[in-house]
Amino acid sequence: MTRKRFGTMVSYVFIAFSILVFSGQAPAAWNNPYPASDRHANILYSFFRERPKTLDPARAYSFNEYTIIGQIYEPPFQYHYLKRPYALVPLTATAVPQPTYYDDNGRQLADDARVEDIAQSVYEIRIRPGIYYQPHPCFARDDNGSYLYHDLTPVQLSGYRRIDDFAQTGTRELVAADYVYQMKRLAHPGLHSPILSLMSEYIVGMGEYAQELQKVHDQLAKKGEAPTYLDLTRYSLTGVEQVDRYTYRVKIRGKYPQFRYWMAMPFFAPMPPEADRFFSQPGMADQNLTLEWYPVGTGPYMLTVNNPNLQMVLERNPRFHDEYYPNEGKEGDVAKGLLADAGKRLPFVDKAIFSLEKEAIPRWNKYLQGYADLQGYWDRTGVPAAGFDQTIQMTAGGDTELTPEMQAKGIRLLTSVAPSTYYLGFNMLDPVVGGYSERSRKLRQALSIAIEYEQEILIFRNGRGIPAQGPLASGIFGYRAGCAGRNTYVYDCVDGRLTRKPIEVARRLLEEAGYPNGRDSVTGKPLLLYFETALAGPDAKAHLDWMRKQFQKLNIQLVVRATDYNRFQEKMLKGNAQIFRWGWGADYPDPENFLFLLYGPNSQVGNAGENAANYENAEFDRLFVKMKDMDNGPARARVIDRMLEIVRRDAPWVWGLHPKEFILHNAWVHNVEPNHMANNALKYLRLDPALRAERREEWNKPVLWPIGLLGIVLAITALPAVVSYMRKEGY
Amino acid sequence: MIAYIVRRILYAIPILIGVNLLTFTLFFFVNSPDDIARLQLGVKRVTPEAIEKWKVAHGYDKPLLYNNDEIGSARLTDTIFFKHSVRLFLFDFGRADDGRDISYDISKRVWPSLAIALPTLLMGVLVNITFAMLLAFFRGMYLDTWGVVLCVIMMSISTLFYIIGGQYVTGKLLRLVPISGYDTSWQAIKFVILPVIIGVVSGVGAGTRLYRTFFLEEINKDYVRTGRAKGLSELRVLFRHVLKNAMIPILTQVGALIPLLFIGSLIMESFFGIPGLGSYTIDAIRHQDFSIVRAMVFLGAVLYIAGYLLTDISYTLVDPRVRLN
Repeated sequence: MTRKRFGTMVSYVFIAFSILVFSGQAPAAWNNPYPASDRHANILYSFFRERPKTLDPARAYSFNEYTIIGQIYEPPFQYHYLKRPYALVPLTATAVPQPTYYDDNGRQLADDARVEDIAQSVYEIRIRPGIYYQPHPCFARDDNGSYLYHDLTPVQLSGYRRIDDFAQTGTRELVAADYVYQMKRLAHPGLHSPILSLMSEYIVGMGEYAQELQKVHDQLAKKGEAPTYLDLTRYSLTGVEQVDRYTYRVKIRGKYPQFRYWMAMPFFAPMPPEADRFFSQPGMADQNLTLEWYPVGTGPYMLTVNNPNLQMVLERNPRFHDEYYPNEGKEGDVAKGLLADAGKRLPFVDKAIFSLEKEAIPRWNKYLQGYADLQGYWDRTGVPAAGFDQTIQMTAGGDTELTPEMQAKGIRLLTSVAPSTYYLGFNMLDPVVGGYSERSRKLRQALSIAIEYEQEILIFRNGRGIPAQGPLASGIFGYRAGCAGRNTYVYDCVDGRLTRKPIEVARRLLEEAGYPNGRDSVTGKPLLLYFETALAGPDAKAHLDWMRKQFQKLNIQLVVRATDYNRFQEKMLKGNAQIFRWGWGADYPDPENFLFLLYGPNSQVGNAGENAANYENAEFDRLFVKMKDMDNGPARARVIDRMLEIVRRDAPWVWGLHPKEFILHNAWVHNVEPNHMANNALKYLRLDPALRAERREEWNKPVLWPIGLLGIVLAITALPAVVSYMRKEGY
Repeated sequence: MIAYIVRRILYAIPILIGVNLLTFTLFFFVNSPDDIARLQLGVKRVTPEAIEKWKVAHGYDKPLLYNNDEIGSARLTDTIFFKHSVRLFLFDFGRADDGRDISYDISKRVWPSLAIALPTLLMGVLVNITFAMLLAFFRGMYLDTWGVVLCVIMMSISTLFYIIGGQYVTGKLLRLVPISGYDTSWQAIKFVILPVIIGVVSGVGAGTRLYRTFFLEEINKDYVRTGRAKGLSELRVLFRHVLKNAMIPILTQVGALIPLLFIGSLIMESFFGIPGLGSYTIDAIRHQDFSIVRAMVFLGAVLYIAGYLLTDISYTLVDPRVRLN
């Protein structure tokens, strides 16, 4: 190539690049993080913030774990996707059974038998025939019917690193024995199931069974055998039995209506013994092949890629049984289009890709670019603070709505109050803020008035929350909205609206408590209170400053004792904290799951329970025992009202707030409905991939002219240097 | 030279024991075995019995450093420190507290870290040398003065700003590359471009200033003056003579960066969602997974020692006067 031709070629390239840069006519979507070949694929894209600790249904107990396993494992029951209040419906079961009650002598009792007469409740669950597991190597058999991969040596296993390295797969029908097996697994000494202790109180023989397994486990360990595999089919659990191929029975001590809700959680999903046997082979764990990472279920999806450091991929289970979109919902669902797919076969989406995205800002920006279909649905992060003003605006009525910019993009906003509560607790064992004297009660009531959670919701949560009137969250039986459900010790009802009592009322209460103007009337010393917190960082400082100001309204000095989370927990367990902040998210939609947080025998000090305030009130405890076994109805509501009155008067918590969650979804996602109880909502979602591809292209055209501009600026900047060099070198 | 290398390896053993002991002490000063168990077991319904069982199952029920209940050497060997740390010297990192094989995870995560760190290092050194040479070339002129000012400004800005700013401008406003993410195939290139550019740009200020100093130190030496007197052009003087002689301090600085190639950039990996060793370490600290933390600290220490050893060896290559003995 001659020098001239080379120069001409360079000129052409430069001109072409310049045209490209300055015209802005570059190929679309350079910033697409996904392969271009998937442009029109029926794939749902979402994020997760933190990798799940475990995917074993006997252990998993957090939201990010349920996001994955909720789509794979199928407990016998599930929550109706659309109906409210939350209603249990069968999933793999043929019906949600009513328990049969028996007395001490084994005689059957009437359905409305007195709680004290009931010695045992028996749930008999029948599952539907014809449900099959996802294809998995644990079921693969050879021509003789023997399992192909159940007796591999560690040397043979060394070639397997991922579950799809096993060439052969198989399946089999779901049977009742699989549910029995999973309930036995809850007692496995190597699994440390978080609900073993609770279930030992209720499932007949569970405690003894756990002890028996522990003994066997220890014996195996002494012999030097790897104690990871216990053939649970060899040990029977008295309270759980298989009746026939499709029916099993669970015996519960006394009456425990909440057990039905537990059976809608993955703890009670079926586990095929073949899977346990397969993953327990010596050498499997060395290859990182465990049930903790590779779930085996009957659900609509199966986990085909498990790289929780990057991506987790759920793909449609080819063996998924018949299930259809609900035909009915609540009022207004038809207008919202939530019943447009009624009766259609589930699931709608072929694949769901969850990518690890730890930081809020990139997560949010990618959502705005159309590279995530939903925001705040799986990750529950909602709208980040950095993007809040750009996205949400307040209406004149104090409601929230999307800004015109977001509306123009076709983004939709769904808000709902979560069945959770965040509160400020008083340690009832503390000599100053604790106790049940009139003095300490009035001090707590005064503080309850002074600490304005409405401000916290506005300042720190952008309006995402409602002030709590008691421990019960919205949507839970016994919760009353508006003035009817107000905490009369803190709120007045003015013109039908809740109004916090004036600060003067708090000051008067404080004076009656013996601290006029924030000073001890006996010693004359200023009242100093201590707030234990594990909050840290610049954001925490603003929050703690706000907290101090709330106490200063009563001239009370708040000393913040910031510590790390470990020390904080240690203080809580030992009862060394005076005032603390805590929270609770519902396991199931029953008032028992909130009111037990104040039940005396559940206190944290001494019992390591969830009653962090160590509150104890004989009447409340008696009513709690009564209430927890009652069926929902006016009688139960009356008991709950009384219990709420007791705790509102005693004020062991400043009731804090119930968070409001914001879900954003793009126009191409259909059937999105907040359901705080359902873990398996992916199967209901439907996509319009063509619209998504169109919008992505429209929103992500690369902008190239600034690069050209930068090049020109650099060239101009370099010019004096070139001139200077030429002069220096004598050109 | 072999004797020198063997001696350096032997010196490394007490250093590694010390690093291990220090990591262990610091970790357990902040976290007790109960804390570790509680975190692994979750936040809801964790009972004291479950904590005890977890500790027994994971070997955290032993005393930390000295077991008074044992006799003889078992007093030292039947401890958490011995049982969790000694295998490290055989590069057996064992299992994480969640049961995963640490060596396997490291072997998988080292590549994304290298995919970012290696180009960042090579391009960074190249760019820094080029800019430093330019400033040295125009020394004393306004270009040098403003160049140094710009370097000081650039090195005063937090890396976090470069990352967030880079993501905002390049990923969000200009939409040239994905804001974050990673791919294990060749598609990884589009995810690597932005972190590499940010890594290079954020290091230009400090690197250019440092190298400029190295070059200026050399530029006033007699052999340079002789070269000029021979009639060599300034560019030839700089690239053929000054650069060669300034390589020893540059290599020392680059040698110190070698461990970072493998260990990964903690913030960068977190913001770009890159599944490397930096995010592995951060996650382990957050989850109080002592097994991973000690493995990564140990690995880091080994790499630092190896890095400096390689640096020493490289001196003999760039400067024949250097002898290792």
